[in-house]
Amino acid sequence: MSLSVPAIMKTTAARLSALYLLLFAICAVALVFYMTSLSARMLTAQTQDTINDEVAGLAHAYQRGGLPVLARVVEQRSRQPGANLYLIADANGQILTGNVQSLEPGVLDTEGWTERPFYYQRFGEGELERQRAQSSDQNGEQSTPQPNGADAQSGEKGHNAIAIVLRLPNQMIMLVGRDLGEPERFRAVIKRSLMLALGMMGLGGLLIWFFVGQAALKRIDSVSEASRRIMGGDLSGRLPVTGAGDEFDRLSENLNTMLARIATLNEGLKQVSDNIAHDLKTPLTRLRNRAEATLSGKHNTADYRRALEGTITESDQLIKTFNAILMISRLEAGYSSESTTRVDLSAAVRDVVELYEPVAEEAGVSLQANIEGPFTVVGNRELVAQALSNIVDNAIKYSTDSTAAPAVRVSLERADGHIKLAVVDNGQGIPDDVDRSRVTERFVRLEKSRSQPGSGLGLSLAKAIMTFHGGRLDLLPGNPGLSVVMSFPERGEH
Amino acid sequence: MMQMSATKPSDEIAYNGSMKILVIEDDREAADYLQKAFAEAGHTAHVAGDGETGFALADAGDYDVMVIDRMMPRRDGLSVIAGLRSRGNTTPVLILSALGEVDDRVTGLRAGGDDYLTKPYAFSELLARVEVLNRRASAKEAETIYRVGDLELDRLSHSVRRAAREITLQPREFRLLEYLMRHAGQVVTRTMLLENVWDYHFDPQTNVIDVHVSRLRGKIEKGFDKPILHTIRGAGYMLKSG
Repeated sequence: MSLSVPAIMKTTAARLSALYLLLFAICAVALVFYMTSLSARMLTAQTQDTINDEVAGLAHAYQRGGLPVLARVVEQRSRQPGANLYLIADANGQILTGNVQSLEPGVLDTEGWTERPFYYQRFGEGELERQRAQSSDQNGEQSTPQPNGADAQSGEKGHNAIAIVLRLPNQMIMLVGRDLGEPERFRAVIKRSLMLALGMMGLGGLLIWFFVGQAALKRIDSVSEASRRIMGGDLSGRLPVTGAGDEFDRLSENLNTMLARIATLNEGLKQVSDNIAHDLKTPLTRLRNRAEATLSGKHNTADYRRALEGTITESDQLIKTFNAILMISRLEAGYSSESTTRVDLSAAVRDVVELYEPVAEEAGVSLQANIEGPFTVVGNRELVAQALSNIVDNAIKYSTDSTAAPAVRVSLERADGHIKLAVVDNGQGIPDDVDRSRVTERFVRLEKSRSQPGSGLGLSLAKAIMTFHGGRLDLLPGNPGLSVVMSFPERGEH
Repeated sequence: MMQMSATKPSDEIAYNGSMKILVIEDDREAADYLQKAFAEAGHTAHVAGDGETGFALADAGDYDVMVIDRMMPRRDGLSVIAGLRSRGNTTPVLILSALGEVDDRVTGLRAGGDDYLTKPYAFSELLARVEVLNRRASAKEAETIYRVGDLELDRLSHSVRRAAREITLQPREFRLLEYLMRHAGQVVTRTMLLENVWDYHFDPQTNVIDVHVSRLRGKIEKGFDKPILHTIRGAGYMLKSG
């Protein structure tokens, strides 16, 4: 396609229509030619039959009365309107009788059927022609047919015909033929109808272009329109779905699913930047203020040392928070990881319980474990351990305000087609007026926990880890206390 | 760090604890700080500002430990390590990186690194790890019995004795003590313990390691007059007699 191709040809509709049009036209032309030649052959054969009948009649007349009778019969028949062609000539080709005034030279030379239609002039017509020609051309060249110009002249001054040439016993030549005017008309009709058909097809092509372009491809346009809008920043926008359930709908639905995923990721990213802004700026400000306060005023070396130690502690906490945020984002973004393997969940849980056992004992909390198994999931041992240790850590912290003897129970069992890892404490639990699902949101810390150390990201991280493992994290009332249930899919794929 | 040699039989080789360290780090300020801090700890550090220079230095010089930044101009850290390893250089390498995910650590170690530390880090952590990596100090892998003062650990029979008295340890406590004894006289950080004894690379919210260490300390020090497991303020622990 060159650059000069109009813009309209750049649409799929126009190209498709043009292609169809071309194909149909080629087929139609081929069909018409085939039919035409077939019909022409049939007509010729019919003509030849007629001539044969004629010849048989003439032969009968000749047998009956010889040449004079034949000449008379020919004379008679020649005069009838729409008669066949008759000609009797002497051995030299001089026309003696019949209704043919002149004919293409050489036709009478060979006996039998003429191999191809020849050009002739009927008697009487030639007179008119000559009279007309005489005014411009004296020598009568017009009446002498020229083989090359035959076709061009046939329409105006002569006709084409086929004939049979017979040699009579006395060396005279007889020609019986039939005008081909009929097949000529037939061809003209075919030509006209072909033109008509091509015209109709052109119209059809335009209609196809119109319907495909206006109706079907318009939907593609609406899809590109919508995607342009979305690219422009409106991530909440969706591609139109008509409900027809066709390819366009399926395409739109898939793209919409993709958009939803992008929107989620984008939302996560936005949340991360918001969180960084809110929750990292606060300790950073504190850090800066502390340094500033230490610089102003008089202090001794011990003061400076204390300030610097405080700075380091504060930055370490900042780094921890930052790492947790990064990790949550990466987990939520899908964390394309090759580090997932088959993990012995029971062993992983036992390890964490063992890690926390001395901590619980020191805090005066009884840590009990009921671990069934072995259960194997696909995942990452470290991530599972990190999630569980966050939860166990919380449980130990919050069980200390229990009214009874503080206890934390860790259990791993198969239930409802899932592998359920539950950590139950007997502390105060989450107050009823708090939306439990909110607790797993980032940086959400309940009022009374604000005094406890921690970034407020532990549960969010655990939740992200569970999502990564294709499972879920639920917070349920523990009666008393809180029950955190991590459900892993039985055959964990993600 | 140098006072440790006298107490351990394995330190009989002429080694005064001072190391020759190569630091390949493109951040000039960080590199200078490391050089100064290593010098204060009694070591000699050379600095290369990019991967190519670092590779040439490492290939020519005889270093005890190399500290290599992962992301550098001209040639990245992993390619430097892989290049050195393919040339038969076995000098222990600690990789410094801002990338701290599990995958990144695995790639780093697979490229030929011996340890992996995520930025930002505490220098005390880096120093402890570098000293543990030092190829001249650690020849204990093959030993079956570790001895520190009157404390004795048999790796084959899984038994621990102090002054000929049997001490019963849980399996995890045994592994903890084993690691501490393997690196006796060296500072071992909490993170190192968590990584090497528990195989966890995350940071638990509460300092669970302290509780485990103090429990172990109770078992190996209670009833004996001399402390042997020392807490190094701001850094970690050190097992050392006397």
